[in-house]
Amino acid sequence: MSSSLATVSYIGAIILFILSLGGLSNPESSRRGNLYGMIGMTIAVLATVFGPRVTMAGLPWIIGAMLVGGSVGLYAARKVQMTQMPELVALMHSLVGLAAMLVGFANYIDPMAALNLSAAEKSIHEMEVYLGILIGAITLAGSLIAFGKLSGKIGGKPLLLPGRHFMNLAGLLVVIAFGWQFMHVETISSGMTALTVMTVIALLFGIHMVMAIGGADMPVVVSMLNSYSGWAAAATGFMLNNDLLIVVGALVGSSGAILSYIMCRAMNRNFISVIAGGFGGGAKPTKKADGDAAPVGEVVAISAAETAELLLDAKNVIIVPGYGMAVAQAQHTVNEITKLLREKGVNVRFGIHPVAGRMPGHMNVLLAEARVPYDIVMEMDELNADFPDTDVSIVIGANDIVNPAAQDDPTSPIAGMPVLEVWKAKTSIVMKRSMASGYAGVDNPLFYKENNRMLFGDAKKMLDEVLTALKAQ
Amino acid sequence: MRIGIPAETLAGEKRVATVPEVVEKLIKLGFTVAVESGAGDAANCSDEAYRAAGAEIIVGAAQIWAESDIVFKVTVPSSAEVEMMRTGITLIGFIWPAQNPELMQQLAAKKATVLAIDALPRQLSRAQKMDALTSQAGVAGYRAVIEAANAFGRFFNGQITAAGKVPPAKVFIAGAGVAGLAAIGTAAGLGAIVRANDTRAEVADQVKSLGGEFVKVEYEEEGGGGGGYAKVMSEGFLQAQREMYAKQAREVDIIITTALIPGRPAPMLITAEMVKSMKPGSVIVDMAGERGGNCELTEAGKAVVKYGVTIVGYTDLNSRLAKQSSTLYGTNLFRLTEELCKTKDGIINVNMEDDAIRGLTVIKEGEITWPAPPLKMAAPKPAVAAKPAPAPHGHGSGGAPASAGKTAAIFSAAALLFLLIGAFAPPAFLGHFTVFVLACFVGYMVVWNVTPALHTPLMSVTNAISSIIAIGALVQVAPPLLVGLDRPDEWIRWLAVAGIALTAVNMFGGFAVTRRMLSMFRK
Repeated sequence: MSSSLATVSYIGAIILFILSLGGLSNPESSRRGNLYGMIGMTIAVLATVFGPRVTMAGLPWIIGAMLVGGSVGLYAARKVQMTQMPELVALMHSLVGLAAMLVGFANYIDPMAALNLSAAEKSIHEMEVYLGILIGAITLAGSLIAFGKLSGKIGGKPLLLPGRHFMNLAGLLVVIAFGWQFMHVETISSGMTALTVMTVIALLFGIHMVMAIGGADMPVVVSMLNSYSGWAAAATGFMLNNDLLIVVGALVGSSGAILSYIMCRAMNRNFISVIAGGFGGGAKPTKKADGDAAPVGEVVAISAAETAELLLDAKNVIIVPGYGMAVAQAQHTVNEITKLLREKGVNVRFGIHPVAGRMPGHMNVLLAEARVPYDIVMEMDELNADFPDTDVSIVIGANDIVNPAAQDDPTSPIAGMPVLEVWKAKTSIVMKRSMASGYAGVDNPLFYKENNRMLFGDAKKMLDEVLTALKAQ
Repeated sequence: MRIGIPAETLAGEKRVATVPEVVEKLIKLGFTVAVESGAGDAANCSDEAYRAAGAEIIVGAAQIWAESDIVFKVTVPSSAEVEMMRTGITLIGFIWPAQNPELMQQLAAKKATVLAIDALPRQLSRAQKMDALTSQAGVAGYRAVIEAANAFGRFFNGQITAAGKVPPAKVFIAGAGVAGLAAIGTAAGLGAIVRANDTRAEVADQVKSLGGEFVKVEYEEEGGGGGGYAKVMSEGFLQAQREMYAKQAREVDIIITTALIPGRPAPMLITAEMVKSMKPGSVIVDMAGERGGNCELTEAGKAVVKYGVTIVGYTDLNSRLAKQSSTLYGTNLFRLTEELCKTKDGIINVNMEDDAIRGLTVIKEGEITWPAPPLKMAAPKPAVAAKPAPAPHGHGSGGAPASAGKTAAIFSAAALLFLLIGAFAPPAFLGHFTVFVLACFVGYMVVWNVTPALHTPLMSVTNAISSIIAIGALVQVAPPLLVGLDRPDEWIRWLAVAGIALTAVNMFGGFAVTRRMLSMFRK
């Protein structure tokens, strides 16, 4: 295959990738979009393998590596539970990061890469190698820590080292200094020293950055790492002078950046400070003087049977799921209840906060897995205005995203964060294991509202009881 | 505290200040309620029903007035009622302080606290739930149409019958306030062709939304007088208006007039000449009868036939729909009580800091506080001046446009960056850089269109396609080598093979898991 033919194939692949992302604008077209992505990837790989830059001697190696990696990937894809999607995604980000690092190192020790380059081109090329490995290493380390936190192998609490911003800054300065040195070395082996030091610092930085972030900020972190993995690919593309990699990297990078932006806005955080990785400070619960901070009123508990009665009497019901539903694996019971109520003519809908769960769209996937029809699963903005006409709103394992203090209390740490206004429904029911405060450490005045009822217990168990009571009616 | 409901004493008044459904709610707020025996009879609320709702039934108004802390009334209290009143009582009802200065003095002498429901600042959107003028006007507007239909000798809706075609009735409604709008809706609901006019041009859309046709006066003048009422218009305008009315009078079958200007006699809209020009059998319902009428020939409180046209001047339209009027009025008062008793412990607090309550309170503990200072509210601006609503923070829009300064800063930073790149970078790099920047923009456009429900599949599919990095590894496995070059083949190959294996995990795993997820999304 000639070089031009390979380039044309790359363009075809680029178009297919863009169509693939475009297809995700609605669930109908998304399946076809995914197919486009697969075709694009196949074209890109085949055009490379049979292109001018790979000789047939490499074929056995390539096929072997593909078989090993592919089977691992397919096995993971088949086995993963939908509640574990965030972990899988984080792990995959780390693989992209690692691959970018490996390709960067291999490229650096390959004398062919810098052959026939002018001085200016050579320093640009070296900078690209340096950057590519840097981003790859940050992505790798950050994603691994994110994976650890999401799967519970590392505690969810933010690790706040003293002077951590200065440590990050110092790391950055060292990286820049070594970068300067790296671009002025004579031999490859002396360049390796700078490269290795930088890689270690980047890995430490990645670890440190994600360690400082608490559990509920994970949607931002996961989408940010998604973005980084894209930039890593784009940097690799610059390094290899390959437009296909640049385009795909830019697509993925901006996709992740937009997702993190949406997540930040949903949590009322600053985008810039998140991209810099310098957050975790906002996660500190501000301790207020006792007395004025504690919401007044009484918490009224409710039983599963009473909940079932309320649901049966209701015309409009909105269910607001949170991470607690995922933890309790309660989505299937939720679907059973939804089906039952809809058969009885109750209008049941779901209200999804952008940061509900541990990654963007997490709740939608869980509900889809439980076969809840996606047209009754609404975004926060779509149905927030409907709460006043709602008879019963049920909050399952969510806290901060339904906290009225975000609107009413300007001193609250989560003030200004958009929330689902469940308290405007005639009755709201909150399912919770205990009265513990949410991730942000803020007490939730919702629990003390007059029209609110608490259904204490494990979400799955309580919902099963509600379902039994509903069936008995 | 104890709320007392005396029977209304005004002749012909059939309403009552609260109904059993509302009594229950008042009791939930912590009050006790006493109702005079027979107070609700004319409004189909029996003593039994009140008792079942938890109220105490008391015979004779004197005891109510003497023992209650709060009294709910509909009409302006008579001197006899004020006589019976306990000192320091709280009275809520229609008072019309401007028209009844003597009553105000009497009430002040009783050290009463008086909340005049007619003095409610209607501009406050919060006050709408308490707005009894609106609720009563709506009922009256409805009833006016029913009275017209009663007096009119034909169908309202057009019909094709076996015997021939019946044309629909044409109804003209003068004044599109609350009563007018209710009349428009009711008449249109009965199938008539409805036209309406108002000096306030901005109500045209409301008229249309209820199924009416807005008839304009061909003369330019702005007629809003604040507080939802019209103001007195200029002579030129009135001339044009008269011509329009005369034309309508010749064409339509039914005229319903609702025009009132606060504190003044009702404007004369329909002259005797116009009545004469109407078709025989036509009907005029004059809802302003009490205040002199909008029609020259109206006789307040009566239906008369002149020149073959029935002119209905009833002033008790609300009493003619007593149950409905009472229920709405009672609910208005209940909403007001809620505002007064935010603690829900049955004790009211007349909070003069609250705009709505300040406006309502015409006498506070014997001291006349009427009129209330005008509300500090932005004057309603012409629609053109209204700011466009901020773009809904949605997907597909990048949020609100940034401020000019911020935009300028971003642009200059970008310009500087591009300048630096242009100055130092070699041409080959620039080609790639172009592609990179454009791809970022394409990504930006495409990804904003992704529905939030699919954000997880979006992440897994971007994961899959970022395995494109495999290409970087593929070209390193076994490139066509130049002879004589010292290349650490083994190292590079192993690094590349590892890279391929890693990315293959993503490539296959990412697409497979996306496929699995997407197949779950179903309607």
